[in-house]
Amino acid sequence: MSGASPRSGVVAPLLHLAVPLAIAALYPFLSEYHQGNAARILVLAVFATGYNLLFGYTGLLSLGHALYLGAGLYGTGLAVTNLGLDPALAFLLGTGLAGLVSLVVGALALRTTGVAFMIVTMMFAQAGYLSILHWNRFTRGDEGFVIPSVRRVAGVALDLGDPDIRFAVALALYTLALGIAYGLVRGDIGRVWLALRDSEERVELLGHDPVRHKLLAFVVSGVMAGAAGGAYALLFGYVGASFATIQYSILALLWVLVGGAATVLGPLLGTALMFYLVDVVSGYTAAWLFVVGAVLVGLVLLAPRGLLGTLQYRYRWSWLP
Amino acid sequence: MDLGPFLLLATLEGLLMAAVLALTALGLSLVFGVLRIVNVAHGEFYMLGAVSAWWIASLVGQAGIASPAIAFLAALLLAPPIAGLVAFLAERLILRRLDYRPEPTIVATIGLLYMIQQGVLTLFGPDARPVQAPFDWRLDLYWFGWSGYKVAVILFAVMLLLFVRWVLTSTRAGLVMRATEIDTEMARAVGGIDTRRVYGAVFTLGAMLAAVAAVLIVPIQQAHYLMGLDPLLLSFIVVIVGGLGSLRGTLVAALLIGLSDGIVSVFFAPTLAKILATLLVALVLVFRPQGLFGEAPR
Repeated sequence: MSGASPRSGVVAPLLHLAVPLAIAALYPFLSEYHQGNAARILVLAVFATGYNLLFGYTGLLSLGHALYLGAGLYGTGLAVTNLGLDPALAFLLGTGLAGLVSLVVGALALRTTGVAFMIVTMMFAQAGYLSILHWNRFTRGDEGFVIPSVRRVAGVALDLGDPDIRFAVALALYTLALGIAYGLVRGDIGRVWLALRDSEERVELLGHDPVRHKLLAFVVSGVMAGAAGGAYALLFGYVGASFATIQYSILALLWVLVGGAATVLGPLLGTALMFYLVDVVSGYTAAWLFVVGAVLVGLVLLAPRGLLGTLQYRYRWSWLP
Repeated sequence: MDLGPFLLLATLEGLLMAAVLALTALGLSLVFGVLRIVNVAHGEFYMLGAVSAWWIASLVGQAGIASPAIAFLAALLLAPPIAGLVAFLAERLILRRLDYRPEPTIVATIGLLYMIQQGVLTLFGPDARPVQAPFDWRLDLYWFGWSGYKVAVILFAVMLLLFVRWVLTSTRAGLVMRATEIDTEMARAVGGIDTRRVYGAVFTLGAMLAAVAAVLIVPIQQAHYLMGLDPLLLSFIVVIVGGLGSLRGTLVAALLIGLSDGIVSVFFAPTLAKILATLLVALVLVFRPQGLFGEAPR
């Protein structure tokens, strides 16, 4: 962090800009199947990128971020199907709903620390998931619902169901999330977050309000989760309760750990790697979650810094934020 | 049926639930108290107990010489050690190497949850498996009959809980455990206690308590590889409401939650009851972290 030479001041933003450009350049060469996967990975990476701000940078392990993913997903999906809103407006509504829910839960959960924080976030998320099942008149419970393709046309003629447009929107959303994350962690707020991870008392001594900074990280990650959920509903046309299960909270944690906590690009790398690992394994067995478990255990034992974090540490790539 | 008998039935079912829950939650509470870690895989040790019970009972049953009672007894004796062995290995190979730091440990136990659950899916398949009750005597209660086996489960659970309490308060092993719980450093330095062995033993014991609870429940509720999640969440609720690490609080809370779950679910939709319970627990942790029955932090 402190060793940022003048050269690295240019290299790092360029590298981060290069990643979305490279993905865009690669897209035409991918098969249809991988093109669809790419869009899915980018949307899920928005979720992971937000989670990383809270877990990686601020050091707060939430076990309930599926709640905000689900709030964005259902907020957007229900606004489109039941209220007949334009997808763009519904997306803002869903994302805003996720932000509001994360503000309330964050304000309560941040009164606790450590293990209690993990359990409180998990319990709120579980209550959210059960609510989706309970009010199945609106949510269709476990089955979820499909958003008809006519409902997924934004504005005059932006058909979000079209594969190319779907990819472009997903990439644009990821690039935006990446830019926000990069700007935040490189700025003063990011420095306070990192300091909070190491010692809350020091932050307080330096005159910053720890709770407000933690709440900011919580809400930003909640909004990003909500945006990912809303985008998923619109781009893939399916809204289901499985996205609000604890499994998705754990997947966000897994993706960040694989790529490297507190690295800006790590979440995308982790999401992509795990997506394809699970894809391959599911071809052989129904027990693909075994791989998720084994990777989690392997990471904490052997590579707690994740892929990019290990590179950063071992080769002193301090320009990699 | 009138309201009175209806309430009686709900109370009996609630007592059954409380008994089984107390055993499961006691295991989680012991592990939290002594090792200071949250074992997210606790529900999977319960599931392992249930599935092992089915496996053992059906092996004994296949031999063709044994009655359901003997098959069940074999399961009750052999299934908990299977879960205990898996827990022992997990503690030795994973948790010990993480030094029981809270965050890596919770991530590792999440990983363990999936590995055990999916391992069982691979070995035994996705079907729900029944185990026959050791006897099918019924208790005639004038308005309705109630399974005598359920009565036996409640009695057995109470006896086991009393036994665990006796071990904790009146034996040398219990003394060593409590010393480690109160101050690990001091127990090691002054007491000369090998605290790592205590950790391993308590983790194994906690898993075995969950497994015993599961063996008791399989004649009532079938064994299935996904059955671990509910007892995990309920045990969390019990341990939190009772106060993290407080054994007496755990028992009182198990009784309260078990009974209210039995009674509430008679009058409310079960999902709505679960939503309220979950929110209540979150708020207890936020506003009263020592639990409803725990003492305020010193």
